[in-house]
Amino acid sequence: MTALGQTFLVGVLFLFMLSAPTFLSDHQTHILIQILFFAYVSSCWNILGGFAGQLSFGHALFLAVGAYTSTMLLLQFGVSPWIGMLVGGMLAGSLGLFIGYLSFRYGIKGTFFVLVTLAFAEIARIIALNTSAIGGASGLYIPIRGNDFWYLKFVNKAHYYYVIFGLLLVVLAVTAWLERSRTGHRLIAIRENEDAAQALGINSLRYKLLATALSAFLTALGGTFYAHYVTFIDPSTLLNMNLALEITIYSIVGGIGTLLGPLLGAAVLVPIAETVRTELGHNYAGVHLVVYGALLMIIVRYAPEGIIGLIRWLREQWAKSRSLPTHHTSEAKP
Amino acid sequence: MSLLEVQGLTRSFGGLRAVSNLSFAVERGSILGIIGPNGAGKTTTLSLISGFDRPSAGEVLFKGERITGLSPDVICLRGLTRTFQIMQAFPKLTVLQNVMIGAYARHRAVSAARSHATEVLRKLGMAARVEEQARNLTLADLKRLEIAKALATSPELLLLDEVVSGLTPTEVEELVGLIRNVRAGGVTIIMIEHVMQAIMALSDTIVVLHHGEKIFEGPPRQVATNPAVVQAYLGEELALA
Repeated sequence: MTALGQTFLVGVLFLFMLSAPTFLSDHQTHILIQILFFAYVSSCWNILGGFAGQLSFGHALFLAVGAYTSTMLLLQFGVSPWIGMLVGGMLAGSLGLFIGYLSFRYGIKGTFFVLVTLAFAEIARIIALNTSAIGGASGLYIPIRGNDFWYLKFVNKAHYYYVIFGLLLVVLAVTAWLERSRTGHRLIAIRENEDAAQALGINSLRYKLLATALSAFLTALGGTFYAHYVTFIDPSTLLNMNLALEITIYSIVGGIGTLLGPLLGAAVLVPIAETVRTELGHNYAGVHLVVYGALLMIIVRYAPEGIIGLIRWLREQWAKSRSLPTHHTSEAKP
Repeated sequence: MSLLEVQGLTRSFGGLRAVSNLSFAVERGSILGIIGPNGAGKTTTLSLISGFDRPSAGEVLFKGERITGLSPDVICLRGLTRTFQIMQAFPKLTVLQNVMIGAYARHRAVSAARSHATEVLRKLGMAARVEEQARNLTLADLKRLEIAKALATSPELLLLDEVVSGLTPTEVEELVGLIRNVRAGGVTIIMIEHVMQAIMALSDTIVVLHHGEKIFEGPPRQVATNPAVVQAYLGEELALA
């Protein structure tokens, strides 16, 4: 595809996304919001997991920090969620720095980093469950108050749609910058080979911490959005291992370490999950996770670079098949 | 003042002394070759100098300053870097991107790093390979890439860990010429090697290690006739016979 064709395609897609809520039903908008939300959170995860190569299973923790911080600030002090969002982001970023420093300082990586992040998310879940000041097991409700932008409250789902669409554009911009910058290239170098990266003057601890903090900060913003969209938060839905797993799966299925991978992964998987959930969910709760598991195995086995990798491969095959006839004719006439 | 001074360097793993009380100096603009039988402590020595391992005792002085215990990235920024025996390319990146990672050590801007990396690759005769993925390279090109990445950090001292081993005689000759050019460009070199032909041709001074200890230091032509060296390589009985 030519650069012009790509720009055109992106433009059309952008206009479609911008106008989508005007012609979609409430339910369809809701599904689209879910896709964008998971694409957003998975893109945030992708900065740490995909670019820096540090797989975290604890991103539900950062999501929860964003959700709880803004909600508590709102309920206790009437602080606008927009401000709460930033405070939550900074708290999550600091928490990410703490967890990251604990792990990376002592060379913990790979599976062990997965376990450390998982452990922290579990610790947070148990603390949240047993702390009545933040609602404990019964969670927190956010009061409905009609349309109020300053308090992130809307009657129409379309408005929430634009909020999460905006957030997604932000994380895509950050990711696109990473793909083209010295910082991003250095993160990729660390992912590909940490020893070699260090030998070439890269302070891998500092860069991994940067990626963790950035990823945690952005994830928490999504948490605030979640809280105000759903208007109810509790430890068992937010600090849930399934949720942490889903966040990673969208990136892996779509194409880990790529700009659009998480978006593609969410766009394909969320509707599948939603369909399975509505069709079979009453009798077989959690069956969408079975579907995810099966898909994950297939992807890891046959297309480790995800949907993006598949598309690239198909494009190469297509280019090959197009160049083949000309090749034959040139051979026929020596 | 020597560019690098190693004083009483020791590294113990449990009861084993991989490197024992090792001292030597490298003059600016020279090539020092370190040889020794398997397990003599050659790679450990390079790791101790480049910061990938910490010595149990001893000091490393680079440009007169103590660098013992500093991390590899800090040491690299001071002008000392290494290559790896098992090539450590970034497999999914292109040759150019690989070398750019090294160039970032001296350049903040992506465009500056790109042109610096292109220049390094051109000097190493790899200009035609820039767009290839590192994982598709031949062994000889991987070895060159390893040197290119390190050179892109603009080092004053380059540690080469077995860069010619495993190559055909022709490839060895090419790489020897290339290393000469690197030195002519003002880079001081320490190399460890199994291939005698290469290291004898290149080195100004040879250090021979055996069981972590220095048993010889001197010009290449004296190595083969030194009784201690012959004994280390061929065994005691053969040496006496």
